[in-house]
Amino acid sequence: MMPRAKLKAQKVEAAQALLADRTLPEGGAWITKARNAAQARVRDMGLPTKRDEYWRYTDPRRLTDAGVVAGALHDTKGEPLVFDQIDRIKLVFVDGVFDEQASDPLVLDGVEICQLSQAARTDLHWARDLYGSLDARAQSPVERPLASLNTAYATEGVLIRVTGKPQKPISLIYLRKSETADAMLHHVIRVEAGAEATVLENGPIATRFNQVMEVDIADGGTLHHIRAQGRDHERVGSAHLFARLGEGAHLKSFTLTANGALIRNDSIIWLDGAGGSAHVAGATVGDGAFHHDDTVFITHGAPRCESRQVFKKVLRGGAVGVFQGKILVDQIAQLTDGYQISQSLLLDENAQFLAKPELEIYADDVKCSHGSTSGEIDDNQLFYLRARGVPEDTAKTLLVLAFLAEALDEIADSAFADDLRTRLEAWFERRG
Amino acid sequence: MAVLDETQMREGVDRETVETVQSMAGTYKHGWETEIEMDFAPKGLNEDIVRLISEKNNEPEWLLEWRLDAYRRWLTMESPDWAMLNIPEIDYQEQYYYAKPKSMAEKPKSLDDVDPKLLETYAKLGIPLKEQMLLAGVEGAEEGRKVAVDAVFDSVSLGTTFKKELAAAGVIFCSISEAVQDHPELVKKYLGSVVPQNDNYFAALNSAVFSDGSFVYIPAGVKCPMELSTYFRINAENTGQFERTLIVAEKGSHVSYLEGCTAPKRDTNQLHAAVVEIVILEDAEVKYSTVQNWFPGDENGKGGIYNFVTKRADCREDRAKVMWTQVETGSAITWKYPSCILRGDDTQGEFYSIAIANNWQQADTGTKMVHLGKNSRSRIVSKGISAGHAQNTYRGLVSMHPKATSSRNYTQCDSLLIGDKCGAHTVPYIEVRNASSRVEHEATTSKVDDDQLFYCRSRGMDEEEAVALVVNGFCKEVLQELPMEFAMEAQALVAISLEGSVG
Repeated sequence: MMPRAKLKAQKVEAAQALLADRTLPEGGAWITKARNAAQARVRDMGLPTKRDEYWRYTDPRRLTDAGVVAGALHDTKGEPLVFDQIDRIKLVFVDGVFDEQASDPLVLDGVEICQLSQAARTDLHWARDLYGSLDARAQSPVERPLASLNTAYATEGVLIRVTGKPQKPISLIYLRKSETADAMLHHVIRVEAGAEATVLENGPIATRFNQVMEVDIADGGTLHHIRAQGRDHERVGSAHLFARLGEGAHLKSFTLTANGALIRNDSIIWLDGAGGSAHVAGATVGDGAFHHDDTVFITHGAPRCESRQVFKKVLRGGAVGVFQGKILVDQIAQLTDGYQISQSLLLDENAQFLAKPELEIYADDVKCSHGSTSGEIDDNQLFYLRARGVPEDTAKTLLVLAFLAEALDEIADSAFADDLRTRLEAWFERRG
Repeated sequence: MAVLDETQMREGVDRETVETVQSMAGTYKHGWETEIEMDFAPKGLNEDIVRLISEKNNEPEWLLEWRLDAYRRWLTMESPDWAMLNIPEIDYQEQYYYAKPKSMAEKPKSLDDVDPKLLETYAKLGIPLKEQMLLAGVEGAEEGRKVAVDAVFDSVSLGTTFKKELAAAGVIFCSISEAVQDHPELVKKYLGSVVPQNDNYFAALNSAVFSDGSFVYIPAGVKCPMELSTYFRINAENTGQFERTLIVAEKGSHVSYLEGCTAPKRDTNQLHAAVVEIVILEDAEVKYSTVQNWFPGDENGKGGIYNFVTKRADCREDRAKVMWTQVETGSAITWKYPSCILRGDDTQGEFYSIAIANNWQQADTGTKMVHLGKNSRSRIVSKGISAGHAQNTYRGLVSMHPKATSSRNYTQCDSLLIGDKCGAHTVPYIEVRNASSRVEHEATTSKVDDDQLFYCRSRGMDEEEAVALVVNGFCKEVLQELPMEFAMEAQALVAISLEGSVG
């Protein structure tokens, strides 16, 4: 075993090497301050390694290596993108760069939308107290250098301020056209008191991506976040969702992941106000050289909050699914209701499921539970369907979809859930 | 009591019960000291001390080399920092690594020759060192039961009871220092084969300086005629205890082993780093039960034992079976993960644990179930109870290797919090590398369930009775796995901390 001091020195050296020929982007005073602070954090922490506790199941090297390995583009065969049938305001990014031509005008009642690249040039912006602040807050007790790297160097993204209840969802569409693009996106969302919005994300982003979304939901505000990470297989990426919730605020975040050589999704959520709720859910289907990691930290920092983590993974052909989840309940957070479930269905002997579902509890009047299971398709259930004349393949697909249903049920609006369910069915049909 | 005043009480919690819980450390029963002249090795740790311990035990050259190798490896290692424990820096040079009562300078031929003061110590602890029939202490139990005892006092074993009767059955039960003299081939073959010298920091330290411990060998096909027990007592000040236990169960054999431990009340911390290795061959079965009641420190967190223990059972051949049961109530710091290597096909590992942390105690304990053989099964039931300012963590690993097909694990971890200044944590690692195995993990942290209370109340029980009934159920799954002698002691320890204390 390498001594801890030596390991730390190696991490710091790796960060220095990575940052050596990078200069911070130009911008206004507020963003420059945030970028400088983030860059200093990266220098302090160093880059992640597999020896870090929360990288033990996922090797971060491909996310930080100097070069990007070219990845073939996916032939969509004319299949429309997810959410295509839904009336929404579209913001299109190609290989991580905002495409004004392809996007709708950034005008919608009850919401202010602005590109990061434009806001960064101003000297005063509503996002000044938010940009990078949740990333900074999330660095203890677990270091997350990839997020700080993003805060320091990202130039693309959107800043969304929800002041009312916009009629349409705000849809971020990520197209991929280059085989070698290395993209960084940094979004900031502020939901004002009592406001409510839905943010959709879909598309492969880039061959390699590092994405951060910082969300601040004021008292009584609500954010629905639905994300579909699919399509192009040959890509690696990391996405951080940081969210802070005020009193009586609600967050519902759902992610569907299909394909991707290496995808790491971190969700770090703080329930700062009494009576808030945070639901984070994910459904993952993976086949072959697929490595998917969901890492979720929910901190109950106020009384009477509720949180749910529901993660389902269907894996085969060597696919690896990782779940690391924590419910942390502060001493003050009495009457907490925390629930966490992570389950995997392994369709053949080569698939792997690696999980670390944690509870850390400092309040006594709480109800917290977690469960984690792994196994293959239940023979009894299969037999039941076969005995009723359902062909084996159909029966298996049915059982797999039923397994994933609990996660999809976490989506409040059934129109989105139905759309994603159709995609999942198609995914299984294509693969037989 | 100051600690109590700071603690906000929940409605419905019986104040008296909370006081009883809070004062557990204050009323540590075994906190007295035996005044006896001791022979100490010089303070500190270096190669000379390792040589001295080896010499005192009259060890062969290979064992000295083995120890020195461990010591050199230990020097290159770092104390683990991953547990949820706040461990003050330990000065390993400020400890004594060998302490032996002067009266033991010449090894007594039998227990009758042992210094009466030492025998009194064990009598006072309630440990029978006379070969007598033991009444199990359970009301209504008419049948007497025999338990053979190995008594370890600081660094040396005082003696072992029922040796002759065990020998007649072919069972070897003696101190490990005797085993090195009398059965060197067995010790050489198995020592370090389950927990290698460099397994971890504390195991390396133990390998270098272990002074005594128990050795058990059950020949093929033998069901050990009585329960075997080792009782560890730390007495001397500033003295670490480093015992090493080795149990070998040959094909088709069966043994139940009990372990108990206590220490005097002192306001300095004391170090205890033990290693237990169990080798289980085809169709054999070992049941290992511990009631750990080292001095936990006083109500202000002063003193107490630092308990860093490596315990591992290797189910080396098909259908081998091991069962760990532990009741952890003592120690200022507990760092302990009794593990099962399920190497053979159809092997079975079980872990039942109750961990109680009170006042300023810190416990980070759990198990590892490493499934390597096909169709291997494991079961984990862990109950953690936190009170006062204590932190109690369950940490466990369930690993299904690719070849361990059709294996099965079930894990249940429940935590109960008493008072609002303590913490209860669950840190399971689940690694499933084949599809045909089934792994299930469940954990809850709560106070007593209102629905269950309501159910009982609506059937005419008063609140106290209802709480008692529900809470009693909390630990039962573990308590019922203990051998009778230990179940009594454990029940008494658990009862104090649980009775009506949640509401």
